[in-house]
Amino acid sequence: MKLKRKDLLGIEELDRSEIEQILSTAESFKEVSAREIKKVPTLRGKTVINLFYEPSTRTRTSFEIAAKRMSADAVNISVSTSSVTKGETLKDTAKNLEAMRPDCIVVRHSSSGTPQMLSKYVACSVVNAGDGAHEHPSQALLDMLTVKEKKGRIEGLKISIIGDITHSRVARSNIYGFTKLGAEVTVCGPPTMIPPGIEKLGCSVTTDMNDAIRGADVVMMLRIQMERQKESLFPSVREYSRLYGLDDARLNGAKNDVIILHPGPINRGVEISSEVADGPYSLILDQVTNGVAVRMAIFYMLLGGTREESHK
Amino acid sequence: MPWRDPLKTRVVMDEMAIERAIARIAHEILERNKGTDRLVLLGIPTRGYHLALRLQKKIEEIEKATVPAGAVDATLYRDDLGIKKTQPSLKKMEIPISIDGKVIVMVDDVLYTGRTIRAAMNALMDFGRPLAIKLAVLVDRGHRELPIKADYIGKNLPTSAKEGVKLHLKEVDGVNEVVVTEED
Repeated sequence: MKLKRKDLLGIEELDRSEIEQILSTAESFKEVSAREIKKVPTLRGKTVINLFYEPSTRTRTSFEIAAKRMSADAVNISVSTSSVTKGETLKDTAKNLEAMRPDCIVVRHSSSGTPQMLSKYVACSVVNAGDGAHEHPSQALLDMLTVKEKKGRIEGLKISIIGDITHSRVARSNIYGFTKLGAEVTVCGPPTMIPPGIEKLGCSVTTDMNDAIRGADVVMMLRIQMERQKESLFPSVREYSRLYGLDDARLNGAKNDVIILHPGPINRGVEISSEVADGPYSLILDQVTNGVAVRMAIFYMLLGGTREESHK
Repeated sequence: MPWRDPLKTRVVMDEMAIERAIARIAHEILERNKGTDRLVLLGIPTRGYHLALRLQKKIEEIEKATVPAGAVDATLYRDDLGIKKTQPSLKKMEIPISIDGKVIVMVDDVLYTGRTIRAAMNALMDFGRPLAIKLAVLVDRGHRELPIKADYIGKNLPTSAKEGVKLHLKEVDGVNEVVVTEED
């Protein structure tokens, strides 16, 4: 099955059946990474460019490994050593990269809407690897895959997303994704970190962490993004940690089979304690493993074959 | 029961014919291999996989021994991914044991151009070094595009390239039959 679109820009634009297709394709791709020879020839001769305007370990490596396991050639551009430092505009960079005929550009940028703009300039596929506080679709897909794998379903589950909702593209993509698949999403954080009107996306809102944890099947902790804290949204890291950090004591109020997710990188002792992050409920490293499979599925569905509806 | 146009479809194998072919192939595999030693049955999903399971059962009845059976999905190794307008969905890959030094019998429903078999062999090679790979098919309809030949054949069926040959199995389609359809 093939996606009807050229690009993967966000979860908002996907319908439920497209999300389900990506997840089931990703489940099949997990097998490839479990082999001794972790490579299939599917995307031989395709070129993927990773264009990252923001630092990243997990996402960039994951996209690169996914492309390589599909036999595509992956090229990484880190902006600090590129012509961007000489003042080249994003549009010019994109046009020049496109002139080298890549099949896909994976882009991360601190400004929301960058991948959307880029997709208008280039004919190749564009995959959003995180744009500002807007969306991070591959992260949400790997989160959904991890939950589906552990719980066997997503429909009817209670998902609580806790932390700085305002600045979180992970939260936004996950709210879209999980609600489309029929889960109940609650967001929780200090009032200064919850954007007004977020409930219009179909989630409920609380500022009491105990409320968010009680009855939740999945607790997703978000990283406090120190680099985005331009004004002070909370008095001190210590106070934030006391009110909205997840530790063993806090976890006592949770269901027995709760699972803990975190998109990484984690701030140990700030939003999540080491005992919880390394504990039995944590699926943080499963998320990373699933990330490769999800990105392989994205490449397969965007780049494998021509863009048309399948009849099978 | 799958829908079909009665004027353009004829049944070339019914339930009993399929059953007999599977029984004969099971005997032939055992005879040529001198038993079940080192044998592994790997079907190409979807219907080839179910045929492999049926062969496994049949061999069990005859020989009282269980041969490992699994699935080898050729999708990621196909040569037409960028050419065909449709993109096949991934099926399951299930290699039950190490295939090093084993005699693999690949099982598929209809042998046609041979391209799927080529892809499946490449997939298998990524899992190890089998002693030998053999091919069992329920129907060989001719029109090969690659130098590939089946070792065990249920039925040789001369066809025109304009026709379609389909195996329907109870496990998937609710009925056991091989049909030939005229395609317009």
